[in-house]
Amino acid sequence: MSSLPDAEDLLARLADRMRASVTPDTALVGIHTGGVWLAHRLHKALALSQPLGTIDVSFYRDDYGSRGLHQKVRPSNIPFEVVDADIVLVDDVLYTGRTIRAAMNELFDYGRPKSIRLAALIDRGGRQLPISAQFVGAEIAVARDEQIELRKNEKDQLSLAVSPVGAA
Amino acid sequence: MTGYNPQLDANGKLQHLLTIEGLPREIVLHILDTAHSFLSVGEREIKKVPLLRGKAIFNLFFEASTRTRTTFEIAAKRLSADVINLNVGTSSQSKGETLLDTVANLSAMHADMFVVRHSQSGAAHLIARHVAPYIHVINAGDGRHAHPTQGLLDMFTIRHYKKEFTTLRVAIVGDVLHSRVARSQIHALTTLGVPEVRVIGPRTLLPSNVAELGVHVYHDMAAGLRDVDVVIMLRLQNERMNGALLPSAQEFFKYYGLTPEKLGNAKPDAIVMHPGPMNRGIEIESSVADGRQSVILPQVTFGIAVRMAVMSILAGNA
Amino acid sequence: MKIQIRGGRVVDPGSGLDRVQDIFVAAGKVTGLGGAPSGFHANRVIEAAGLIVCPGLVDLSARLREPGYEYKATLESEMAAAVAGGVTSLVCPPDTEPPLDEPGLVEMLKHRARSLNQAHVYPLGALTQGLKGERITEMAELLDAGCIAFSQADAPLIDNQVLLRAMQYASTFGYPVWLRPRDASLGRDGVAHDGQVATRLGLAPIPAIAETVALSTILLLVRETGAKVHLCRLSTADGVDMVRQAKSLGINVTCDVSANQVHLSEMDIGYFDSNCHLVPPLRSLRDREAVRRGVQDGTVDAICSDHTPVDEDAKQLPFGESEAGATGLELLLALTLKWAAEAKIPLPAALAKVTSGPAKILDIGAGALSPGVNADLCVFDPQARWKVEPAALKSQGKNTPFAGYDMLGKVRFTLVQGQVVYEG
Repeated sequence: MSSLPDAEDLLARLADRMRASVTPDTALVGIHTGGVWLAHRLHKALALSQPLGTIDVSFYRDDYGSRGLHQKVRPSNIPFEVVDADIVLVDDVLYTGRTIRAAMNELFDYGRPKSIRLAALIDRGGRQLPISAQFVGAEIAVARDEQIELRKNEKDQLSLAVSPVGAA
Repeated sequence: MTGYNPQLDANGKLQHLLTIEGLPREIVLHILDTAHSFLSVGEREIKKVPLLRGKAIFNLFFEASTRTRTTFEIAAKRLSADVINLNVGTSSQSKGETLLDTVANLSAMHADMFVVRHSQSGAAHLIARHVAPYIHVINAGDGRHAHPTQGLLDMFTIRHYKKEFTTLRVAIVGDVLHSRVARSQIHALTTLGVPEVRVIGPRTLLPSNVAELGVHVYHDMAAGLRDVDVVIMLRLQNERMNGALLPSAQEFFKYYGLTPEKLGNAKPDAIVMHPGPMNRGIEIESSVADGRQSVILPQVTFGIAVRMAVMSILAGNA
Repeated sequence: MKIQIRGGRVVDPGSGLDRVQDIFVAAGKVTGLGGAPSGFHANRVIEAAGLIVCPGLVDLSARLREPGYEYKATLESEMAAAVAGGVTSLVCPPDTEPPLDEPGLVEMLKHRARSLNQAHVYPLGALTQGLKGERITEMAELLDAGCIAFSQADAPLIDNQVLLRAMQYASTFGYPVWLRPRDASLGRDGVAHDGQVATRLGLAPIPAIAETVALSTILLLVRETGAKVHLCRLSTADGVDMVRQAKSLGINVTCDVSANQVHLSEMDIGYFDSNCHLVPPLRSLRDREAVRRGVQDGTVDAICSDHTPVDEDAKQLPFGESEAGATGLELLLALTLKWAAEAKIPLPAALAKVTSGPAKILDIGAGALSPGVNADLCVFDPQARWKVEPAALKSQGKNTPFAGYDMLGKVRFTLVQGQVVYEG
């Protein structure tokens, strides 16, 4: 297995790719938890003026019927007007696309945005829905029985890690 | 019978919410944490989430109550569930149909959840023992025994204003003997580690073994409220005057009604709570009910969020 | 029918007999103990090696539900339950529908019971008409019809004036009065003992004083009238103390407790188990210990089953709405043996509580095993283990708080007047 890229490098690359396509009015919405970390950093890096939004998609997931309510649910907080907003959703790993579908459904319950785009640090392929990211840090292949996740240490430094699915 | 908890399934997950007694602390906290997220849902334009879409929630109120039923109905609808209201007291029960027959008939109509209120202690437990495994039962108040969602929303309220449970003094004032709300509150407070829970009232309105629930008993309200952080007033019902429990509402108000003077014994930042509906001038003076320390109205909002949390946790536990 | 019961351990608590020996039965009576009477040829030999042979149990309270409550139970089912439990004499309370306040009803009941050829039935007559507590019944007539004493069943203590006069009237003729000490107003809406369980579960409480206040009234009236009173179903520590004290002062009273009170307490209510909804209510552990001590030291003269079959519909209700009572005829022996094992009471002393003890209260020649007495016998296996399964009970009432309990001691044969009426 090839070594993982450095998350901080990827973040810088992602910010570069976004810079030309956003304005100070662009609204960033981070998806808990990794997406929120990234959104905070991007918000600063891109000098956006709209306050940062965060969403927890637990109430919109499509696997509630089989897995029940997520153990740790966080409140969503959208402190800007969603109606007519240009929103960029931020998530750490884009995989099946189901989280993004849930996030969009949730956003639409706040109002009708003008546009929604997606920024993902990692695109690992394996889409099960017609969803794509407009801004990607890197495409990384990950085995079906493994998961890739974003981690943050006590100094707020980001890193990537791969582990078998079901590991603690 | 002992050793098994009728509220939890074989995996220790919440199957029914019947009483706070015996609920693991983690589950209580999980409900409060989840409720926190539902609060923010209530603050936006579209107050709905699709979690319980397609689920049928039956409100089985054998004892009438518009307030509580409405709150459950709002909570269920905000979860996109279908709600059916049955004031059973006026229909099948009076036709002589047994409680369990009513429940069996309704289960056959593909109910996913029953919210039950009944005048007899233990009614919710009885129903929970007899429903199909996929049906969840929420106790909306059974006799004098329990009103767990009220207890939970009261804890949510306390946490919202006071943050930490382990440093608090909480006083519950009034007719504890007949109060399912008080019993649920006492269990919740002790489960969450509140170090001092006090009950204040005349001897006729306190159960003879109330101290065994882990509370300090006071008959003098001034002493009972001294340095308290949370004051919970209970509703006094008119019937109490008939049973030789109290001479009059006026005398009760004199000794146990919450006035600004009596409230002055508590800490200056103490909050005032009431499960509602209030009897102004009997257990609480209007100036206090409407005053800056009162959190009675927020309790109602919190109640919707807490019930949404309970329903969504239960419905998600297969 | 001549029967030889061979090789059993014969225990007769009344006489102190406790020996492995044979018993010989003929023409409905015990005709020999130990050696066969001359010329005795058994038609049947019952092998009783390893078994206990004792007098048939005398149960001071078993509701047969006739007349009036046939949907709960009938004489057929309950009499079958009695002999399956080794009970050969039983007393039934007067709270039938209509109550046993008319000689005709009593005669009919006795006739029905006799025709079944099983246990002897001794009805209690109502003390007041309709059990209403206002007018006394025709006690002489009822006695002639077959009543052995007069009672208010579980109806609370009536107007003291009426009670005094009823006791005076009864004592004129020496008629015994059986009273359950229960105050008419204290805890009148209650369904559970006023203790920690009722407080936690929000059940309307019945304080201990509901029993002791009534008990003190009864004891004073006994002293006043000289009436022969039997106190039914004590349940409180203070109540047992009061009877102990009264007896030591020479007041002539006897008392019983139900087997339920010997074993259970308010803790058994658990999650609102309506099978534990009983009258009197299950009390605190301290009360239970006092009841047990009272049985042990003789303050309590008898243990009864307080057999009360209740139909399932009436139990499958919220606790406070459910009907009180437990089925118990088939469990009396095993429960008595269980208590004896736990309290380390020798077998004869334990059996006395359900044979000679109650027989003495009834003043019938039962509960004994000497030659010439009616051959009412119970032969049981003290080593047999069995589990209480409600569906397997012969009683129509499946309502038992002991469902699933492991029991030790099973009846193998029951004889009434020399006939084998049960074989298990």
